[in-house]
Amino acid sequence: MTVTNNARGIADGVALRTPAAVAGRVRGLSDRAVAWLFILPTMLLLLAINIFPLIWAIRLSFTGLMANLPTPAHFVGLDNYVDILTDEDLWANFQITAHFVFWTIALQILIGLGLALLINQKFRGHSFWTTVILLPMMLSPAVVGNFWTLLFQPQIGPFNYLVGFFTGAAPSSFTMIGSVALAPWTIVLVNTWMWTPYVMLICLAGLRSIPDYIYEAAEVDRASPLRQFWSITLPMVLPFLMLAVLFQAIQAFVMFDLVNLLTSGGPGSTTELVSITLKRAAFEKWETGYASALAVILFVTIFGAANIYVKALNRVKQQ
Amino acid sequence: MTKALALIGLVAAGLSAAATVDKAQAQAKSLTMCWAAWDPANALVELDKDFTKLSGIEMKHEFVPWTSYADHFINLLNSRSSECDLIIGDSQWIGGAAENKWYVKLNDFFDKNKISMDTFLPATVVGYAEWPKNTPNYWGLPAMADAVGWTYRKDWFAKPELRAEFKAKYNRELEPPKTWDELIEISKFFTGKEIDGKKVYGSYIFTERGSEGITMGATNAMYNYGFDYMDPKQPYHMEGIVNAPGAAKGLDVYKELFKCCQPPGLTNAYMSEGLDAFKSGQVAMQMNWYAFFPGLAKDPNVGGDKIGFFKNPAGPAGDFTQLGGQGLSVVAASKNVDDALLYIKWFAQPEVQQKWTDLGGASASKAVLLSDAYKNSAAYAPSFVESMGMVKDFWAEPLYVPLLLDMQNRVHDYVVADKGTSQKALDELVRDWVKVFKQEGKNPS
Repeated sequence: MTVTNNARGIADGVALRTPAAVAGRVRGLSDRAVAWLFILPTMLLLLAINIFPLIWAIRLSFTGLMANLPTPAHFVGLDNYVDILTDEDLWANFQITAHFVFWTIALQILIGLGLALLINQKFRGHSFWTTVILLPMMLSPAVVGNFWTLLFQPQIGPFNYLVGFFTGAAPSSFTMIGSVALAPWTIVLVNTWMWTPYVMLICLAGLRSIPDYIYEAAEVDRASPLRQFWSITLPMVLPFLMLAVLFQAIQAFVMFDLVNLLTSGGPGSTTELVSITLKRAAFEKWETGYASALAVILFVTIFGAANIYVKALNRVKQQ
Repeated sequence: MTKALALIGLVAAGLSAAATVDKAQAQAKSLTMCWAAWDPANALVELDKDFTKLSGIEMKHEFVPWTSYADHFINLLNSRSSECDLIIGDSQWIGGAAENKWYVKLNDFFDKNKISMDTFLPATVVGYAEWPKNTPNYWGLPAMADAVGWTYRKDWFAKPELRAEFKAKYNRELEPPKTWDELIEISKFFTGKEIDGKKVYGSYIFTERGSEGITMGATNAMYNYGFDYMDPKQPYHMEGIVNAPGAAKGLDVYKELFKCCQPPGLTNAYMSEGLDAFKSGQVAMQMNWYAFFPGLAKDPNVGGDKIGFFKNPAGPAGDFTQLGGQGLSVVAASKNVDDALLYIKWFAQPEVQQKWTDLGGASASKAVLLSDAYKNSAAYAPSFVESMGMVKDFWAEPLYVPLLLDMQNRVHDYVVADKGTSQKALDELVRDWVKVFKQEGKNPS
C-alpha cells in the first residue's frame, strides 16, 4: 500500500513539473506510440551499427571492390561466391576450423563439467580455488597469446621443459607452435585453458539449480552416486551444457585474436582458421568484395546452425 | 564616441595579434617524415637536425614497427591523409603509389634542380624511384640502399680444431661459402656442434609467414637456381618461368637448409629473430638485411673481430640477391609539398649523402658507395657494394600485396609445413598470380 502511494506521489510530482505544452503532446499519444518513442533510439542505433553494415556487406559481396584502390566497385554477380566455394585451400581452412571447434568444445565441456562438479562440493577453500580457476577467462586474449607463445618457446619455455622433465625428451627437440603435427593441438589447448572456466560457471549455475530434495529422495531409494549423476545431475544440467556448447561454438568459430597471436595461422596454413583467412583477404590483400562474400557465408553458416541448435535446445528444455 | 574608439582599438589589437600568430606560424614550419622504426631511422633523426638548422623547418618523425609499417602507411596514403609530408616507402609500393598518385612525380623538380639519377646506383633507381620500371619516370629519390646479405661467426670459423675437422671431412678450407651447396655443407657441419659450451646450429634463414619474410628469404636461393618473375620478352608471361624446374630446385635448396640447420622454433621468424639468434651465439651464419650490419659490427658480444660478412652465395643459374631498401618520396596529399621538395633537394646533395652513410644510414649515391673510403670503412662494406650490383626485386605492381601474400602462403606451406612438392607450390603460385593480374586488368599467361 505504501509502495503504491509512493509511486502515485512520484507520478503526480512528475506530472506537476512537466511543462503544459509537453504534457499536452504526450497526453495525445497512444500507449503504443509512447512505447515506440522509447525503443526508437535503440532501434536506430541497431540499424546503424548492425543492420546497415550487414546489408552493405551483402551488397559488396557481389562486387569486385578492392578498398585500397581508387577504382569504383564493379558488379561481378556470384563470382566471389563461386570462387570461395570452389577453392580447395579455403575448404581445407574450413576443415581446420571444424577440428578446432569440435575439440575445443569437447574438451571444454568435459573439463568444465568436471571442475563444476568438484567446486560444487563446497570443500574447504573452494571459494579461493573457484577464483583461481576463473582467472584465465579474465585475461585479455592478447595477454594469453603472448604469454603462451613464451611458454612454448623451445629453448627457454617452461612448457617444453616440463614435457622434457616428464618424458626425458630434450626440451629444444620439439616445438609446439612450429610443428605441423602439434600446432593444431596447441591452439586447442590454449583456447581450452582460457575458456573452460566460462563453461564451468555455466555448469555450476546448472548444478546449483537442482533442488536438494531430489538427491535426498534418490538416497532414500539407495541410488548410487553414479546413478544419481546419470539420472538426476546430467539430465538437469543438460540445458545449461547445451547453452554452453552454443556460446562456445560461436566463440570458437569466429576465434581470431588468440590464434593470430599464437601461430598467425602457421606453420604453413595448418592453423589458418577461416576467420584468419577472412582478415587476410579483407585487410591484407584488400579483396573487399571477396572478403564480404566470405563474411556472408560465415554469417549464414553460424546463424543457420545456431537457429537449428536453439530449436533443439528448446525441445530438451520442454522434456 | 568613446565606444567607437574602443571598438577601433579592439579591432586594431585583434589584427596585430593575428599578424603575430601568422609570423609565428611561418617561423614554426614543420615537416613530418614517415618511415619504419629501426636502427637507420635513428641516424636519420640525427641527420635531419642539419636540415632544421639550415632551413628553420622543424622535422618531426613518425616511425612505425616493421610489422605494421606497410599496413599503416598504405592506409594513410590510400586515404589521402596529410599526416606524412615525406615518406620513405618500400620499393614494392612504387607501382601503386605512382598509379594512384599517392606520391608527387619528381621529374620536373629533378630537372629544375639539376638532380641527376645517374649519380645513384642503377638498381636503386629502378627499385626505389621508377614507375613503370626501366622508364625515366621518377616518384622518389633513392634513400636507403639495402639488400640481403649474410653474417658469420669469424671466431668460430677460425677455430683450428673446427678447421681441421672440416678439411678432413670436405677436403677444403672452412671459409665463408661462395655457393648455396657450400652454404648447406657448412651449415650442416656446424649444426649440433657444441661451441663455447652451447649447442649451436648452422644457419638462420627467414621463415616469417604474415608479411614478406619467407619470400624475401627464399628468393635468394630461387633466383640463383633459375627463378624469375616473368619472361623479359613477354611481359606478365609467367608459365615456365616462375615454375621453371630450376626455380623449384631453388625452393628445394631453401627447404633443405631450413630442415637441416635452422634453430628449433624459428618457423615464423624474420629480421629480429635472426638478430637474436646470431647475437645469442645460437647460429654460425645468419641471413639478414645489410641495414642491420653496422649495428651487429659494433655488438659487444658478437661484433668486432668475431663477426664476418659475405654476399648471398651463387647458384648454378646466377649470382643474385634480394633487393631491400626504400626511396624517399613526397606525399601528394601533404599540405607542405614545397617544403618537402626543399628537403629532397637538400638530401640529394653529395655531402649530405656522405653524412647519411657516416651516421649509419645507407646512401645509394655512387660517389659515396663506390669510393675507396667507403669500401674500407667497415667489414661489411665490400660485400654490400658487391651485393648492390647483383640485386633483383619482387613485383612492384599496384597489387603487389596479394602477389606477395600468395607467394608467402605457397612457399611457407611447402618449406615449413611440408605441403606438396616445390613444383606444385610454384604451379599454384602461377595460378594465383594470373588471377591477381587479371584483377589488375593485365593480360597474364
